[in-house]
Amino acid sequence: MIAGFQAFLADIGYLLELSLQVALRLGAIVRRRGLILEQLWQAGLKVVHVVLLVGLFIGMIVALQTGLELARFGQQDQIGTIVAISMCREMGPFITATILAATVGSALAAELGTMAVSEELAALEVMSIDRIALLVMPRVLALAIMCPILTVLCDTIGIVGGGFIADSQLNVGLSLYWDSVIDALQDTDFFLELPKDVYSGLLKSFVFGAIVAVISCGAGLRATAGALGVGNATRKAVRDSIIAIIVSNYFLSWLFFQA
Amino acid sequence: MSPMHEPTSEPERAPAADRANSADRSRDVIIRFRDVHKAFGKRKVLAGLDLEVHRGETFCIMGPSGCGKSVTLRHVVGLLKQDKGLVEVDGHDMSKIGRKELVELRSRMGFVFQEAALLNWLTAGANVALPLRETTKLSEAEIERKVREKLELVRVPDAYEKLPSELSGGMKKRVGLARALITDPEIILYDEPTAGLDPEISSSINHLIRELADRLHVTGLVVTHHIGCVKTVGDRVGMLDGGVLKYVSTPAEFLGSQEPRLLQFLGDRLD
Repeated sequence: MIAGFQAFLADIGYLLELSLQVALRLGAIVRRRGLILEQLWQAGLKVVHVVLLVGLFIGMIVALQTGLELARFGQQDQIGTIVAISMCREMGPFITATILAATVGSALAAELGTMAVSEELAALEVMSIDRIALLVMPRVLALAIMCPILTVLCDTIGIVGGGFIADSQLNVGLSLYWDSVIDALQDTDFFLELPKDVYSGLLKSFVFGAIVAVISCGAGLRATAGALGVGNATRKAVRDSIIAIIVSNYFLSWLFFQA
Repeated sequence: MSPMHEPTSEPERAPAADRANSADRSRDVIIRFRDVHKAFGKRKVLAGLDLEVHRGETFCIMGPSGCGKSVTLRHVVGLLKQDKGLVEVDGHDMSKIGRKELVELRSRMGFVFQEAALLNWLTAGANVALPLRETTKLSEAEIERKVREKLELVRVPDAYEKLPSELSGGMKKRVGLARALITDPEIILYDEPTAGLDPEISSSINHLIRELADRLHVTGLVVTHHIGCVKTVGDRVGMLDGGVLKYVSTPAEFLGSQEPRLLQFLGDRLD
């Protein structure tokens, strides 16, 4: 129990240090632009179809489940508000980050883990090559940038899916649905002259993307013991990323909507 | 009669003895281990290792699997730190060396990994160029010229544009060797340079290592299981056993020794 807690604290310490190391190397963005673009491609365009498909069905599910309950009270015309707010605030960022953790994060952990067990990381160390600047910073930055971009797509397609359900199954006209969506996303505050539900979701996405990348890279860099170790690193990366997304989601939601 | 009883009949042995004599000319120690201990958990790997490698010589370490040969190499390059004892490389105490000094020292060392350890997403040329791109301010034209020169030196000039997945095991080793040579190191560490290769390719790699040592006058520390490697590349050889280095001698004396433990270890290999 105590050993487990110590290991947990050591893990947190390592990831915080890795995050700091990445932050200290952001000055090398221009030099590493090729690697960053490559990672943006890997992190973004290769999973965009998954995000669109899942986002569409999540929007449809939210619309259907809440629409049926709202219909009991004759409030189904509010369905656009609920779909828009739930997609932009929570479902879009969370679903996108989870998809990235399961696809890109696991791939990052496996890739770096394989490099660790095949001595490629040791080779970089021997050659005095900064592996954080070469391997980790471009991946963290790419995921932090790509997660909000994918979240916008997820939000949009989810709202479209909700509109389809509202129109076809809840007898809410598309124009009424769109009016309530637009109305729901008008709320701005002193922080930014942008819809708060949208920018809070996008800031969350940025943080989620960085968290997934740091955890996944951290798991990969510390992989040992051959193929088994790579498997363990991959599993740990996905598990820890999803836990971290959920926990940080609560605190970020509190920060934006309660504080 | 087995080769062990007729050591001088092997064509590679006489030159090895000559090389040992030429290495005598420069007796300053560039790598020194003094009573080095290293354990991983309860498992003791090095238990008072003493080793001296002289500048310009190629020293081979043989020994059973898991005896600490690769661990020894990792101490030289600062990837591992000893629990006790002294590891000194070119006058630097590796347990006290600062990061800046270590980077400078490593820039004068090359390490050839067992599986070559090439980055699989970079071409062979980019792999060889990596140390120069990352740690020097040389122009791209100069880097390309040096990379092509090293690939030529290790006889894989056509590998430049190929990914590691497109290379054979022997070619990967050669590209790994080219990468180790790209900074013109004074010391090259070889971790099982011929492991997993067929005899013909192994022999060509061994001769290449020897040729590089003769031509570039680098110090070599070679960890190997292969007697052919010891005979071809070694000036001196020792056996790491029980965490200490034993039977240090020239390859001819080593392979001709009647020490029971050495005979037991070399028996199958000599056959």
